[in-house]
Amino acid sequence: MLDIVIYIALAILLFAMLGMLYRVIKGPTTADRVIALDSIGIALISVVALLSILLDTTMFFEVILLLSILAFIGTVAFSKFLERGEIIHHDRDNDL
Amino acid sequence: MNRKNDQVNDVILQTAAVIIFFIIIMFSINLFFAGHYSPGGGFVGGLMTAAALVLLLLAFDSKTLANVLPFDYRIMTAVGLVIAMLTSLHSIFWDRPFLTHAYDKFDLPLLGEQTLHTAIAFDLGVYLVVIGVTMTIIQTIGESE
Repeated sequence: MLDIVIYIALAILLFAMLGMLYRVIKGPTTADRVIALDSIGIALISVVALLSILLDTTMFFEVILLLSILAFIGTVAFSKFLERGEIIHHDRDNDL
Repeated sequence: MNRKNDQVNDVILQTAAVIIFFIIIMFSINLFFAGHYSPGGGFVGGLMTAAALVLLLLAFDSKTLANVLPFDYRIMTAVGLVIAMLTSLHSIFWDRPFLTHAYDKFDLPLLGEQTLHTAIAFDLGVYLVVIGVTMTIIQTIGESE
């Protein structure tokens, strides 16, 4: 019974990720693509959580936290690139 | 877009980065010590520590990071290699082959009876090498003017 629910949730997540993929390809500005890639990362976290229920293992819990940290740092880096044009400043008080 | 003369203010990013930094460091230490019985180990732990340092680099700048954590990451790589080499060399003094590991039970003061294994020292070498190499690459590329 629980398996059927998990399969339905995985199918819904698949369609959500397809919608986000459409936004990544079509998105008129770069910010649209960054937001869509961030959402794909979050949906991927949900997929890993559902798969760990389905496979009845706790070995994927580190992957969930790791994916969320990497998605956050990637999004922050890309938005800083869009805003400033440079990701790592040497001395941000005197450069700008 | 010319922002040369604008006053930039990253209050939300900097406040969030200071809090999230400690969460990522704790997670990387957990990954490092849990590597023997569950997924994790020196490589992923080192990458997560480097990710936490990269978050500080993004929120602040490389001069601030050099003030807060005054490490030379090339020396850190060398120290990690020396630790890995010594832990794999120690077994040849007991007539065992190279890279033979040993373990024993110890009665630690606060933690009770624990089994300590020399593989954790080898893993510490891997951890330091991964942090050193990643931060050297990122700082060398990031600081090009």
